[in-house]
Parts: sequence; C-alpha cells; structure tokens
Amino acid sequence: MMDSLALHLPALLVAIPLFTAFLIPLAGRAGDTARSALVLLGAALTSLAGLALAARVFARGTVLYVFGAAAPHAAIPMDSGGIPIRIIFQVDALGALMVVIASLSSLAIALYSLAAESRQSGKDGFYSMLFLLVTGVLGMVSTGDLFNFFVFLEISSLAGAALVAYRIDKGEAVEGGLKYALLSTVGALSVLMAIGILFAQYNALNIATVASRLRFGSLDMIALVLLAVPLAMKCGAVPMHFWTPDTYTTAPSSITALLVVSSQASLYGLFRILFTLYGDLLRFNWAVFGWFLVILGALSAFVGVTMAIPQKDVKRLMAYHAVSQTGYMLLGVGVGLAVFADAGALAAYGKTAMAGGLFHIINHAMYKGLLFLTAGAVFYRTGTRNLNRLGGLGHAMPWTMVFFMIGALAIAGIPPFNGFASKLLIYESVFRFSPFLAILAMVVSILTLASFVKVFHSMFMGPPRAEFAGVREVPAPMIAGMAILAAFVILAGLVPQVFVDRMIAPAVNALVDRAGYIAAILGGH
Amino acid sequence: MNMTKIVRTTADLFYPFCLVFGLYVVLHGHLTPGGGFQGGAVMATGAALLLVSRRYEDITRSLRQNTMKLCEAVGLLMFITAGLAGLFAGGAFLYNGLAGAGGLFGEPVAFGANPGGLNTAGLIPLLNIAVGIEVLGGLTVILLYMLSGVKETEP
Amino acid sequence: MITRLLLAMPFLTVAVLLLLALGALLFKRNLIKMLMGLSLMESAVNLFLVAIGYRQDGVAPIFTNVPQTLMVLPTVQALTLTAIVIGVATSAMMLSFAMVIYKKYGTVDVRNIRKLNG
Repeated sequence: MMDSLALHLPALLVAIPLFTAFLIPLAGRAGDTARSALVLLGAALTSLAGLALAARVFARGTVLYVFGAAAPHAAIPMDSGGIPIRIIFQVDALGALMVVIASLSSLAIALYSLAAESRQSGKDGFYSMLFLLVTGVLGMVSTGDLFNFFVFLEISSLAGAALVAYRIDKGEAVEGGLKYALLSTVGALSVLMAIGILFAQYNALNIATVASRLRFGSLDMIALVLLAVPLAMKCGAVPMHFWTPDTYTTAPSSITALLVVSSQASLYGLFRILFTLYGDLLRFNWAVFGWFLVILGALSAFVGVTMAIPQKDVKRLMAYHAVSQTGYMLLGVGVGLAVFADAGALAAYGKTAMAGGLFHIINHAMYKGLLFLTAGAVFYRTGTRNLNRLGGLGHAMPWTMVFFMIGALAIAGIPPFNGFASKLLIYESVFRFSPFLAILAMVVSILTLASFVKVFHSMFMGPPRAEFAGVREVPAPMIAGMAILAAFVILAGLVPQVFVDRMIAPAVNALVDRAGYIAAILGGH
Repeated sequence: MNMTKIVRTTADLFYPFCLVFGLYVVLHGHLTPGGGFQGGAVMATGAALLLVSRRYEDITRSLRQNTMKLCEAVGLLMFITAGLAGLFAGGAFLYNGLAGAGGLFGEPVAFGANPGGLNTAGLIPLLNIAVGIEVLGGLTVILLYMLSGVKETEP
Repeated sequence: MITRLLLAMPFLTVAVLLLLALGALLFKRNLIKMLMGLSLMESAVNLFLVAIGYRQDGVAPIFTNVPQTLMVLPTVQALTLTAIVIGVATSAMMLSFAMVIYKKYGTVDVRNIRKLNG
C-alpha cells in the first residue's frame, strides 16, 4: 500500500492542493473552524507529499509519472510510434529541490495566514486561491511537458494576481494586481507562442522529446527568446523588475512570501529551458548565454540594492532586495553556464558557482519569506509599513524582532546563517571567473547589511512609542509559521555541507545532465 | 435594469434551448467539436440572457450565487475524484479504466475509421460533465459578480 | 502559388493581429482598450496554434485499428481550447480589476492610475 502510494506521489502533489482548494468553499459553509482545519490539513498533506517525493528523488533518481496511463511509468505507449503523447511529470533532483522549497514555504505560509487573515472577510476565496497558487508552483517545477508548464504558469499567475488584489485597500492593491496580471498574461502568451513554434516543427510537447529533436534553426532561436524573456521577467531580473515592488508591496504579506516562491519557479523554468531544452553542448553557444545570465544577475544585484536603500515602505524595500538577491542566483548559475564548454574550468569552479546559485534559491525563499512574514506581523499589529512612523517595537514584539534579526543577518550573508553559506560558494567561484564581479557581489552584500540595519533600527529600537502602546506579540500560529522558516535558516547555516551534498550537488548534476533527462523519457543514450 | 416585455419573453423562451444545447455539447464532447467547457459556456450564455433582460435583484431570486458557487466547487471535486478513481482502477491519475469495460460508458469502439459511438469513451464523458457543471457555475458567478458592481440608472 | 498564399494567410493574419494587439497595449491610455488588446493577442496566439495544426485531407483520429488514411493528432486543438479557457478566466479577472479601479479612482485612464509610483 505504501509503495503504491509512493508511486503516485507526483500526481498527489498537485491533486491534494487542487482538491483542497475546491473543498474550501464547501468547508467554509460549515464555519470558520472547519475551514481552518481543512487549510491546515491540506497544507500539511501537500508538504508531506512534496517532501516524500523529494526524498524519493534524492534517494533513487528521477521520478516519472505518466497521467492517464495504465501504468505510471509507461512513458511511451506501444501504439504511439515512439512519441510520449501523454502528459508526463518528470521530477529530477533540480525539480525536487524546488518542490522542497514550495512545500516548506507553503506550510509555513498556510499556518501564518490562519492567524493573520482571521479578522478578514472573504476567506473562502482567499484560501482557495492560496492553494491554487501552490498547485501552480508545484506543477511548474515537476512537469515534463511544455504546454503543461504553460498551464501551471498561468494558474500560478492568475491565482497570484487575484491574491495580490484581494484586499482592495483604496484601489492600490488592485493596481498592483492588475500590473502583475497584465505582465504575466503577455508573458504567458509569449511562452505559448514559443510552444506553438516548437510544436509545429517537432510534433511534440514533451520537454525531453523536443530537446532530443531540436535542430537549433532560426525559428528555434525565436522560440528561445519568446521563452526566456518572459521567464526572466517573472523572476524579477533587472531590467524587467519594475513589477516586483508594486506587486510585493500591495499583496498581503503571507502572499508576498508565496509570490517569492512562485517567481523562483519561473527561475527554475528559465534554467530548464536554457540547460535542458537548449543545452546541447556541441551546437549551442554557451558563453553568450552564460554572460547573458551573468550580466542580468550582476545588474539585478546592484540595481536592486541601490533602489532598496532609500525606500520608506518596509515591504517595498524588501521587494527591491528580492530583486537584488535574484541577481546572486543568476550570477552563480550564469558563471557555470559561461564556462560550461570548458571542462577544466567547470570542474574547478563552474559547478561550485552553480551550486551556490541553486543553494541561494532555497536559502532566499526561506529568509526572504521570513522577512516578509515579519513585516506582515508588524503591519498586523501596528497597521503601518512606513519606516518613519514605526519604532520601539522590540519591547512589545520580541519574537518578531528575533525572527527579523535572523532573516536580516541571513540576507546580509553573516555567518552562521544560510545566506552566508550560499554567498560564500558564489564569492569563491565567481572570484576565479572574474574578480570584479565577486567584489561587486560583496559590495552588494555590505549595502544589504546597511539597509537592514537601518530597517531594524527604525522598527524595533528606540523607546516604546505612545501610539503603539497597545501593541502585543502576534498570535501563536503566526509565530509558528515564522519559526518553521527561521529553523531552516539556522539549520542550513549551521550544517550547510549536509544540504550541499545531499540536495544541491544532485540538483547541479541534474541541471547539467541533459542526456540523462532525455534518456529518462526516451530511454538509452 | 428591466428590458421591455419583448426582450424578457424572448430571453425566457431561449433559456431552455440554451441549456439543452449546452447539455448536448457537453455530452457529445468526445465525438463532436465541443466538450465540458464549451457546453458549460453555452449554458452560462442562457443565464447571461436572463441577466441582461432583468434587474439584478429579480434575477438573484432564481439564479443564486451560492448555488452557482456550489456547482463550481462540486464540478471540480467531481473531476479530481474521477482522476483519483484511476488510481483505484490500478492505473495512473486520470487512467481511463472505464473504456472498453462494457456498461454505459464502456462500449467497444467500432473497427476502422468511424464517426464514433456515444457510449465508447469511458471516463471522458464523466470528466466533460464535471467540467460542464463547473463552468456553468463559474461563468454565472462571474456574470453575477460583475452585474452586482454595475450601478442602476433609471431612465 | 495561390494555394501557397492561401496556406500562408492564417499566419499573415496572426502577424497583423499581433501588431494590432501590441499597438493597443502600448499606445492606448484607456484600460478597457488595453484589455481589448490583450484579448486580441490571445486570439492571435490561438489562431496561430490552430493554423499550425491544419493538415490537408486529414481525419479525426477515432479508430481501433490504424486505418490507412491521414489522421490529425488533435494536440493543438486541445491546446487552443485550454488557452481559450485560460483566456476567459484572465479577461474576467482583469475586467473585474478594471471595474474596481474605476470605482476607486473614478477613471480608467492609465495616466491617472499611479498611486503606486515611487
């Protein structure tokens, strides 16, 4: 029984949150308690399925799941002429890494929302959308089918936009949501156009199949641009970052934390396109695209942090830092891509750079999620996000202060927190690639620290203010949600080597192993 | 706003036809152009006809938001349950265990290229019906919500 | 020659539609018109998908034993339907956003919808 359940984990991974999403309106009729219990149960089961699936992938390698087939492993039906015609989920180590991120954050965020949203109306829709967003993110990172990727991308952007606009709040939230929805839709249509171009030439939608048939003609290059640009935009890289501050600021804080995860799923999509779909060692100009990512990354890191420093709104400030941190990931993976054709350099520092970039993805999701949740906690009690009006909260909200400190030190790359572990990998390897970029990365880190010291000082330090006299610590579920993320931040900072060896190194190998990805579906080499 | 009697009567007359045609499109989804979404949209068009011909307050007495929301949730739950049923039939998620198994949904398909029989598709008509219910509910809820936001202007 | 031109017609239409949609999205100030541009773009992509799936003299693949006629794999049609469904959801959501914005701001001119700048 357990074995057959384990076999169906990839399907359950999207079926559970989807089922929960549509059960919530029914449970909502039975009252608040029933709904909260269902939310908790759904979130717990989803993350359980995610973590179990990830454990299976790290232990046994790529997991396949063929929807609608008589047996979940039959990728190529007998009478199809050698094409995998069904929708296939293909979770390799890279996908599993993203599944871990999404599982942990969604559990923490569901817990946090239960308390943070308890005073609001319209909770049925809120939680339904939240679970749809989780479904979209989990689907994006586990699917092995191009069109399926588009569908999950749209599910996550629509649910995300609806959630951003959920608390209308003088129209500002709707403005943020509209921007997000408009850009996401145009981006998704561009992705769909590219999928059409690829399908017209290769008669397949399966990523592995298309990859094995790709001829790198001019149409394919058009398709590459149509795929890569929207995904780079969705992950918030400069110069297409303009939506992030507006969207992240206006969304409820728990949703912002989830949007960070969703933007990282787009980053995963970008890597999947560049490495797996187009990553043919013999016919592809690696250096050009590596440098494309490196420049995008360096620009994002620097522009993001310089834009963040003067911000007065704490969430807007954090949103710009999210842009800046995305830069590190692009930088790390970009360096690996740039030296990919050079086996010596790849072994010497390329793989370390990629490991740093990928490790930074999971670290960033955790500490940035934590920071957004603390900002939400402060907003929950004080009703303002303006740094000039906040102050002296350290006395009233000690837990929130501690969690904020953990997150701030992690994002600034101070040991022993997880941000340091991944940034160290990036510094070391990028320095051997280009000393200038490594120094730039360190400067960005210092500026990040300065910025967060300012935020910490103006939110928590100073004498207690009269207008915040009634402020207390936030309810226990919110603390529990933050604690989950904080625990990961500390754990990954204390024993980074365990994470690098068990999760990150397999993910790097999966990222560069294009032949392995194709062989998992089509068999043979 | 209330339209003239002519419009209202025409809308009333067309409403059942819209529903029946929508049902036809849903049930024949696996053979002819159409399917759950298209049929559901046709049915929701019937609701839209009623909506444009009458005042919002009058219409919500017969087309309740809650009922339609229920349709939406139930349709989708039906879909996922049908998908999960594949697991119990021994296949993958959404495995079509009913096809070719005899009974109402499982008649064997005729030999060679043919226009197809209604009872041959197994799970697919069930999924179409589920989607049809969901889309009818979903689109009607959207229409009702949007209409509730429109200001009444008396002529 | 004429046949070739006829076969290219859908793709030319797609190009024209895409240009019109981009024009509406970039140069129109009215939010509703921008959303119309977005719908137009969706239609263009859908038309593109259907056009690449066209096979002359193909039949629908309903069969038990493989017949010796040309059959069409209806993948793109399925894609188009899914894209249409998603398009409906997107349009509905964004039009609702436009309604809320009109209520709160009293305008749908994007030049005046700028509370978030800075």
